[in-house]
Amino acid sequence: MSDLVSLPATTRTRGPLPRALLVGLFIVGLQLVIALMTLVWTPYDPSALAGQRLEAPSLIHLAGTDRLGRDLFTLIMIGARIALTVGCGAILIGGLIGVTIGLAAAFAARTLDDVFAAGLDILIAFPTLLIAMLIVASSDGASLWTATLAIGVANSAIVARLTRILGKRVLALDYITAARISGSSWLSIVFRHVLPNIWPTLMVNLALQFGLAVIAEASLSYLGLGTPPPNASWGRLLQEAQATVQTAPLGAIAPGLALVALVIGINLLADGLRDLSDPARRSA
Amino acid sequence: MSALVLDIDRLSITSGARRLVEEISLRVAPGERVGLIGESGSGKSLTALASVGLLAEGLVPSGSIRLGGHQVVGAADSALAKLRGEVAAMVFQEPLTALDPLMPIGRQLAEVVRRHARRNRHSMDRRSVERAVLDLVRQVSLPHPDRLVRSFPHEISGGQRQRVAIAMALACEPQLLIADEPTTALDVTTQAEILTLLRDLVTARNMALLFISHDLPVVAGIAERVIVMRQGAIVEEGTVSQVFAKPAHAYTKSLMAAARSFDDALEIPR
Ligand SMILES: Nc1ncnc2c1ncn2[C@@H]1O[C@H](COP(=O)(O)OP(=O)(O)OP(=O)(O)O)[C@@H](O)[C@H]1O
Ligand SMILES: [Mg+2]
Repeated sequence: MSDLVSLPATTRTRGPLPRALLVGLFIVGLQLVIALMTLVWTPYDPSALAGQRLEAPSLIHLAGTDRLGRDLFTLIMIGARIALTVGCGAILIGGLIGVTIGLAAAFAARTLDDVFAAGLDILIAFPTLLIAMLIVASSDGASLWTATLAIGVANSAIVARLTRILGKRVLALDYITAARISGSSWLSIVFRHVLPNIWPTLMVNLALQFGLAVIAEASLSYLGLGTPPPNASWGRLLQEAQATVQTAPLGAIAPGLALVALVIGINLLADGLRDLSDPARRSA
Repeated sequence: MSALVLDIDRLSITSGARRLVEEISLRVAPGERVGLIGESGSGKSLTALASVGLLAEGLVPSGSIRLGGHQVVGAADSALAKLRGEVAAMVFQEPLTALDPLMPIGRQLAEVVRRHARRNRHSMDRRSVERAVLDLVRQVSLPHPDRLVRSFPHEISGGQRQRVAIAMALACEPQLLIADEPTTALDVTTQAEILTLLRDLVTARNMALLFISHDLPVVAGIAERVIVMRQGAIVEEGTVSQVFAKPAHAYTKSLMAAARSFDDALEIPR
């Protein structure tokens, strides 16, 4: 058939939003609202002893109390704030550093690129724990921010490696060569072609990093390198509930569920956004 | 200073110890249509990329390449960036990767139009960019220009995509169009249409054409002069009628025999 005849029959109408996006938006939105609410109001004072130890759920303590008698629901609400802060902070730091280094490596001349690649491999082999200890040692002490920074820096190596590979793949395509021949500058190639084309994959990876960051913060807290009390993160709640998990499993289940929900929500959100940014899927 | 658009003089390209292209010399005059033929791996694409200073890293050119009178070998990238858009544009083999999949076609064209205008220091408002884009789409005989500019690359056929790629190359108003097997990935009918289009466009604009192919009949249909490459070296050169009537080199003869037997194979069933 001649290629002169056919074109898409009608102009493209945007399909309905991907369902993953809607569900993800709902879950993450809910947790965001709760997290913001804790800034002005919580059902109980998070550090006050609001009831007996290890009370079962009831109308006044929706998720029961912990082994000190604090209201568990209040703690989980505050945990949402900490989780979102750590997750967003870590992927923001990791994303900014990682994408910049990764793109530089993708564009760099071969010898320089080898140096980048080796450096990234070394950085990836560095445990987050070690980075966190170094950062805490060089600052005033452990806090939510040192933990976030440490996790972000650790993430950046992974993001950079992915960006480098994805970037190199796009840079090898004909339309980039064509753009260079027509006189495009590097900067315009990065912002017009490379970033938009690697962004969908990158975003899904960042969503994955978000979940890992929340879990990493839990481990750091456990070792005293994360959020100090009384601002218990979900990770700390999980670890505190360890001792009593036989008698009061809810202490571990409730923060665990909250964590799982957030991680799933973020990943659905990223999947949905990726589908939205792909014209081939969007018009399908 | 030579008046040639492209003047390659004893160009060699090496990769480490390997010599990929061996002392080739090649000239393209303004408005001339030159065919570059050779089997796969003979160094045609390398020669084309070297002409615009875009050899992959690790590939080292030596000798001389003058593009629009300016030396390309050893020139800084910033100097080349200016030269490239003005003197040469390129169309590639693979329609799938010729366009950015995430950008509507109109925007991709508009980008080149705007850059070209900026380079020539005249500013264009949005309306005149739009008009120029639609005009380009019409020139490459694409249907429904106003709808096409809003389409994404995956929504149009391979042949249509190649037409868009040609339009993008035209937008630069180059003196030389390099087409690296632009029809190889297309079916025969579409191939013929694209060839006719290319020939008409370059003739109308008095643009020089360097047409790369491994397909003799295709080159014969579009070029005035052909250059035959084999294993990185030029083995034969002449006008189309010279080379086709009296192929001097055994390799050219075998290429022609292959083309002929292919034609015969097509004829027999009729
Ligand atoms: N980046 C590279 N590094 C090393 N060798 C290369 C590189 N690119 C191409 N070559 C080699 O150079 C030779 C010529 O390649 P070229 O792409 O110019 O062939 P071609 O004539 O265009 O073939 P085709 O018809 O298949 O496109 C091949 O042997 C190829 O293996
Ligand atoms: Mg080739």
